[in-house]
Amino acid sequence: MPHLVELKDIYKIYHMGDSDVHALDGISLTIDKGEFVAIVGSSGSGKSTCMNIIGCLDVPTSGTYKLNGKDITNYTDNELAEVRNKMLGFIFQQYNLIPKLTVIENVQLPLLYGGVSDREQRQRAMAALRRVGLESKAKNLPAQLSGGQQQRVSIARALAGDPSVILADEPTGALDSKTGREVMRFLQQLNREGNTIILITHDNSIAARASRIVRVTDGKIVYDGPVEGDKNVALQAAAGRDEEG
Amino acid sequence: MGLTKSFMMALSSIINNKVRSLLTMLGIIIGIASVIILVSLMNGLTSEITSIFDDFGTTSLTTTITPRSTKELKPEELYDFVEQNPGLYANVSPSVSVSGEVKTPDSGDDTITSSATGVSEGYYDIKRVEMSFGRFISYADCENKSKVAVIGSYEATYFFGLSSKAVDETIRINGTPYTVIGVMEEKEDSTEGSSDDAIYIPYTTALQATGTNIISTYVVDAAADEVVDEAKEALENFLLGVIGDSDYYNVSSMKAIIDEMLEMLDTMELMLVAIAGISLLVGGIGIMNIMLVSVSERTREIGIRKSLGAKHKHIMTQFVMESGTVSCIGGVIGIVLGSSMAYVAGKLLGMEVAPSTGAIVVAFCVSVGIGIIFGFLPARKAAKLNPIDALRSD
Repeated sequence: MPHLVELKDIYKIYHMGDSDVHALDGISLTIDKGEFVAIVGSSGSGKSTCMNIIGCLDVPTSGTYKLNGKDITNYTDNELAEVRNKMLGFIFQQYNLIPKLTVIENVQLPLLYGGVSDREQRQRAMAALRRVGLESKAKNLPAQLSGGQQQRVSIARALAGDPSVILADEPTGALDSKTGREVMRFLQQLNREGNTIILITHDNSIAARASRIVRVTDGKIVYDGPVEGDKNVALQAAAGRDEEG
Repeated sequence: MGLTKSFMMALSSIINNKVRSLLTMLGIIIGIASVIILVSLMNGLTSEITSIFDDFGTTSLTTTITPRSTKELKPEELYDFVEQNPGLYANVSPSVSVSGEVKTPDSGDDTITSSATGVSEGYYDIKRVEMSFGRFISYADCENKSKVAVIGSYEATYFFGLSSKAVDETIRINGTPYTVIGVMEEKEDSTEGSSDDAIYIPYTTALQATGTNIISTYVVDAAADEVVDEAKEALENFLLGVIGDSDYYNVSSMKAIIDEMLEMLDTMELMLVAIAGISLLVGGIGIMNIMLVSVSERTREIGIRKSLGAKHKHIMTQFVMESGTVSCIGGVIGIVLGSSMAYVAGKLLGMEVAPSTGAIVVAFCVSVGIGIIFGFLPARKAAKLNPIDALRSD
C-alpha cells in the first residue's frame, strides 16, 4: 500500500537577484490515508510553499512527489489541474468563493471541471451543502453569508469532489475564535469519518486539533510526530482541553 | 463542460456588467450597422441604376459614324445587314438629333429648349416606348417625310396641360409645325431633362430639318441579352468592311456601359465597406482592451478556478466565449439597427433599399469572428496565469 502523500528531498529555490532563496530545503515527508496532519511554522518558514507543492499549485525545483503512488513531479499544467480536480480539496483562509456565483454554483465548480453531468453536479453539491448544514443557503450569494458560513461553503466545495486529501490553509485565519473553533471541530469530525486532512497554520492552538505535527522552520522539517512531542503545541493542546472541559 | 454551459456563463457575466458590456459592444454595433447601411444603400443604388438603364433597353448598340467624303454607310446597307442576321439583330433605327426651340402656335414667347430625335418605326421596339395616347412614328411617316411628332409627358403637360389633350395639336420645332400624333407614358415625374422630356419625329423629316442627308448615328437592337457582345463584334466587322478605318466609327453597347457602371459601383461599395470595416477593427480592439481589463480584474477568480481543477481549455473557453458572445450580441444589434436605418434612408431617398441576406450573414459571422479573434489573446493570458500568483492577487 503506497503512501497517500510522499515527498522526497523536495527543494524549492527562488532566484532573487544574485542570491538564491531556499524556500524548501530538502523536505521529505509521508502522509497516509486517514491522517490529520498540521504543518506548522511561522511566516516565511516555507509551510505555504510546502502546501502549494502538496496541493499541486506549484512544482518543486528538485525532488520527487508521489501522490497515491504516482510520481507527479513531471506532470504538465493540465495534468496537475486534473490531479487537483480529482484528488485534492482546498480550504483557503479567504474562503476564495467566486462572489458573483451562488453558493451552490460555487460548490459545483470542481464537479463542473471534472466533467460531471449537470444533474449529478446539483445532487452532489446539495449533498455537500447538507453536510455543512447550509442547504438552505444554496441560492444565496456568498456575500449574503457570514464569514463562518462562507468557510463552511468552501468546505462543502472541497468535499463535493470527494477528494483523497483535504488541504486547509489557515482555515480559521479570517474567523473569530468561536467560529474558528467550530470550523476546527468540523474538520476533526471529517477526519473521524475517514478523510485525510492536511492543515497549514502558524497558530499552535489550531495545530493542537490535529493528530500529528510537522513543524517547518527555514525550509526544513524540525519536528515530525505526535502532538505531545511538540512542546509549543502540546502546551496549547493542554490549555485548549482546559478551556473546553 | 459543454458549450451551452459556457455560453450561459458568458451570458450571465455580460448581464452582470451591463454598462461595460454595452460600451464594449458599441464599436461592433457601429461598425456592423455602418456596413449594413452602406451595403443596403449600394444595393438600392445598383438596382435603381439597372432599372433606369433597362428602360433604355439593355440590348441596344449605338453606332456613331464620323462622316467623311470617301466612304460612307448607306442606310440600306445597314438595314440589309441587320435583316441578314436575324439571330443577332432584332431591329435598327437611325437617330438624328435636332435641337432647338419648341413651342406651340398659341404659346407666344413661352418656349422650351429641347431636342427632337429623328427615328424610324423600329425605335419603338428598341427603346420599348410605351404610348399613353395616340401612336408612334410609322414606316409611312418616314417614307412621306411627314411633319408629325411623338412627345413626352413633360412637353404634353407643359403645353397642353394634360397628356390626353395633346394628340392632334400642333407644336413648332424651330418654327416648323408638327402635328402631335402620340404622347408617351410618364416614366419619371414629367420634369425637364428627365426621360419624359423627349420628342421623336421621323428621321427623314429630321434630316430635312438639319439640312443634311448623312445619318451619323444608328441604334441597332441585338436579338437578346446573350448575343449583345457577339452582335457588337459582328457589327464592328461589318462597319470596318464598309468604312475601312476603325477611327471613323464607334459601336457602344448599353450593356457594356451598364456593366462598367456596375463594376464601378462594386468598387465603390468595396471601398466604402473597407472604410466601415476599419470601425469594426477598432471595435475589435475595444473588445480586446476590455477583455484584458476583465482578465486582470478577475485574476483571483481565475486562480480559484484553476485551484479547483480548471484546465487551460476551460479558462480559454470561458473568456473566448465571453468576448464572442459580447461581439455577437453587438453584431445582432448592429444588423437590426443598420437594417432599420437603411430602411428609413431608403424611404427618404425614395429608393428600394434592403440589405441582402448575404450581407447579414457575413456581418454576423464577422462580428462573431472578431469576438473570437480579439478575445483570444486576453483569454490565453488568463489561461496561462500561474495558479498561486493568481490566488494571491486581490
